[in-house]
Amino acid sequence: MSDLVKHLFRAWTWRMCWRDCRTNRARLLLFSLSIVLGVAALAAIGSLGANLARAVEEQARTLLGADLSISSRRPFSADEESLFKKLGGTQARQISFNSMVYFSSTDGSRLAEVRMLNGGFPFYGKFETEPQSAVQDFKHGAGALVEENLLIQFDAKVGGTIRVGRLTVPILGALKKVPGESAALAMISPRVYLPMKALAATGLDGPGTLSRHTVFFELPKFTDVESTVKSIQPQLDKFRLSNETVEKRKKELGQAMENLYHFLNLAGLTALLLGGIGVAGAVHTHVRQKLPNAAVLRCLGCGVAQTFAVYLAQGIALGVAGALLGMALGAAIQGALPKALASFIPFDFQFRIAWFAIVRAGAIGFCICLLFALLPLLTIRRVSPLAALRVAWEPAAAARDPLRWLVGIILVVALIGFGLGREGDWRMALGYAGGLAFVFASLAGTAAILMRLLRKWIRPTLPFVLRQGLAGLHRPNNRTHLLLFSLGLGTFLISAILLLEHMLAGDLLISNGKDQANAVLFDIQREQSPGVSNLVAGLPLPVLDELPLVNMRISSIKGRDVETLLADKESHRASWPLRREYRSTYTDHLRDAEKIIAGQWIGHVTNADTIPISVEEGIAGDLRVGVGDEIVFDVQGIPIKTRVASLRSVNWRRMEPNFFMLFPMGSLENAPGTEVLVTRVANSAQSAQLQRAMVKAFPNVSVIDLTMIVQTLDAILQKVFFVVRFMALFTVLTGLLVLASSLVTGHFQRVRESVLLRTLGASDRQVFGILLVEYAALGIVAGLCGELLALAGAWALARFVFNIPFAPNALPVILPLLILPVLTSAIGLMMSRGILNRPPLELLRVESA
Amino acid sequence: MVSQLSATRKGDSAILEARHLTKTYGSLTVVKDINFAIERGSSCAIIGPSGSGKTTLLGLCAGLDQPSEGQILIDNIDLGALDENGRARVRNENIGFVFQNFQLIPTLTALENVMVPMELRGNGSPTDQARQLLERVGLGQRLSHYPAQLSGGEQQRAALARAFINQPKILFADEPTGNLDAETGKLVIENLFSLNTAFGTTLVIVTHDPDLARQTGRVIRLKAGAVVSDG
Repeated sequence: MSDLVKHLFRAWTWRMCWRDCRTNRARLLLFSLSIVLGVAALAAIGSLGANLARAVEEQARTLLGADLSISSRRPFSADEESLFKKLGGTQARQISFNSMVYFSSTDGSRLAEVRMLNGGFPFYGKFETEPQSAVQDFKHGAGALVEENLLIQFDAKVGGTIRVGRLTVPILGALKKVPGESAALAMISPRVYLPMKALAATGLDGPGTLSRHTVFFELPKFTDVESTVKSIQPQLDKFRLSNETVEKRKKELGQAMENLYHFLNLAGLTALLLGGIGVAGAVHTHVRQKLPNAAVLRCLGCGVAQTFAVYLAQGIALGVAGALLGMALGAAIQGALPKALASFIPFDFQFRIAWFAIVRAGAIGFCICLLFALLPLLTIRRVSPLAALRVAWEPAAAARDPLRWLVGIILVVALIGFGLGREGDWRMALGYAGGLAFVFASLAGTAAILMRLLRKWIRPTLPFVLRQGLAGLHRPNNRTHLLLFSLGLGTFLISAILLLEHMLAGDLLISNGKDQANAVLFDIQREQSPGVSNLVAGLPLPVLDELPLVNMRISSIKGRDVETLLADKESHRASWPLRREYRSTYTDHLRDAEKIIAGQWIGHVTNADTIPISVEEGIAGDLRVGVGDEIVFDVQGIPIKTRVASLRSVNWRRMEPNFFMLFPMGSLENAPGTEVLVTRVANSAQSAQLQRAMVKAFPNVSVIDLTMIVQTLDAILQKVFFVVRFMALFTVLTGLLVLASSLVTGHFQRVRESVLLRTLGASDRQVFGILLVEYAALGIVAGLCGELLALAGAWALARFVFNIPFAPNALPVILPLLILPVLTSAIGLMMSRGILNRPPLELLRVESA
Repeated sequence: MVSQLSATRKGDSAILEARHLTKTYGSLTVVKDINFAIERGSSCAIIGPSGSGKTTLLGLCAGLDQPSEGQILIDNIDLGALDENGRARVRNENIGFVFQNFQLIPTLTALENVMVPMELRGNGSPTDQARQLLERVGLGQRLSHYPAQLSGGEQQRAALARAFINQPKILFADEPTGNLDAETGKLVIENLFSLNTAFGTTLVIVTHDPDLARQTGRVIRLKAGAVVSDG
């Protein structure tokens, strides 16, 4: 080893390295391009990560808009108010709920998140509105700030009016940004700000409205917010109040950004890995061509380490060139990533080039490239000088070389290490490495099977051109496996993404199919129920279902009250199912989306002390309850004792009212509550008609148009998949570069064969045909490998992750199968140009130089 | 390394000594119990039919391969006692090679090819010596040509210049005219013997060519891996 290092610092080694690659420099540069895109991706992602971390740190306080916020699903009690008073500082209040907002401009309405606000919130950062003066007008209570998208959707203008409940107010400005909230969030739930004093005028302050009450604090300077919160935590738990601090938000946001960064980083690493495999394949061919030179050097007295150092220097130069080019490209494209991700980042940030991230990406790229290059380069150590005497000499089987195994292990460890991310998540890194190993093993396996089938299929009766072209796929030193890896992986990624994208979008549409409900009316007061039903029926629309809703909280489980369960840190039980408010119904039958999986469904009870209920299987797991367990609910202050009679699976993808807890008829009829009505609208015009009628007659009733939700989800999915596709593109382009470099390395062999064939009398047309068949077959086989794996991957994701039916779309399957052969043939023939129209001897002389 | 080398030095009479040399590949014995010694400054031809073990014997004598049994001594240095780097150093300091297929490095010019052995010794950039040698073999106008731009005869003459640049004590030539026509082969042989005489190098030639063999002072004839005549 020390010998090798010593030789690497000798001028002769580098002079010889430079001379030796004299005729291959352009080729080596092409090999190095394989890692360029991977390094560029890592550099751009690293810069983004550094910028995000900096922005989170710099804008920490604006992420919450306050030092502390405390919220509840109920109006604050006197005890709670006295606790807030003790905390001191400046306060601002917000009551938020979902309600229909009516736009007079287009006579349209839509469900929005209405936020009634008073006080100086945000204390840090600011609302961004158009015009900006609207914020001041709003503080004076002159009207509403309305989400910009809503205004665009309903063609409403500043100065126009909206109606919320019974209140009609002027639109003061278009709301563009709220501190700490992302644009994607606004898409799901568009926001409308109203002054708190207008709450009563809306008529939406009744008990039927499910609202969230929040108090924001601007605490005195130098207050240790975390310690303050810690000191009042027992009271917060007792009152079931949730709280958020800047530190907490920063941590949550930091984690979310870290996850985003990690995902992108792994995508970049995959591109780099594929590039590394490309480098290994190209260097393998390069080394095989250089073995005679190495043998001659050994004959002339060059030691093992010295000879190896010459070619290792070429590997180092290759890695440095690739890393430098990648770093330059990464620096150039890093501005593009924040634009692609803008919707998912809840704050603005100034983009600055992060040099450390670029250098880090270069270093990772160099290491990966060198390690992959080392795998074939190590063969040089085993070159016997005897190879100069005997042309037929072959190096000993590489599999037996312990150093090669060592490099392989270092490579795997390095990949896991690079995949760890800043948080050092071992499981994720191992999962990534395992997943990749599985994908590569699957590609190799599929390729092996396809190649075997192909061999069997080649018969002497086949036309010569076809036979010869196909035989090229398994000739000695073929590049078939490498190309199947690179092109197959690219095809797999893109096809799997497209398949999944179509299936998810399709599933949304199927779930919202012809005969199913697609509009839900909720917050219907009991006394409004007949009127709402009549109005719906009169439009005329079908009343598909009417369900009572009763709000409740859990008091105790199996005799242990919620406070005790929350305090029990040992149980590692999630706290949200214990804290949350449940909107339950009572019914005598199960719906299509529900299925009993344990226990027995009971639909009726009379005067029962303990009510038999059905619990959804997921929440039962979170609450750690099973059939026979007791749960006591608090229904508006009255304890209701229940027993889990059955566990239910629920198809949540069905966009209709579904429940965690189902009570039987005869149990909650006397409890205060609201109702839900489910109907089906034929089109958006009918939906608008229903919403208009409802806003006018029953302003407190909200209408959810599921078609619109489907569209919104689809739009969000499109954004997510755009980012995924953007990252996959690095891998696909790397695959094409690997294809190009691989075809270049196989060029000499093809030239020799073509020359031989032409010497034996083959026409240009026949040689062209053979090359075309070989490249096209390569594309077809790679496409098939990628597609088979993509179908398997999409099936697994659909079945186990997204829980949707596997219904692949034909286009993502067929398209790559058509495009890939054309692409491989075009690039292949482009690389082979000159073979056909130059004299054989001239070609051989040029190539052998 | 120096102590390893000096420990193997014995006498001073022969430049090359083969003792009970045997080489087997699996169950196949290619060279069987061969013994001979070659005097310093002499010339010797090893001849025999194809498959008789000539090239294997040459590889063993030059330290390119390890014998299964027996010993090779070059200038009284036991090659078997050296590691691969030691043998490389012995080759660089004591041995020159001429191959049937020339084995010039295709990416180096004729001049650079000739310079390599001296550069390996760490003798800087021996451009002048290399140029002189190439002029001596008639390639003074071809210094910056690459092997692919040279004819077979020119390549072999460049290889001769490379073999002699380190003034080796012994030169091994494996079928030096095997890839050349008679006329060109004659010119190469003339160059070979002329340089041999000028540098006082011991010459060991493996050949099929009886005429070439006759030009050497001694002919060792091999058959089925064994010496059948020596004289």
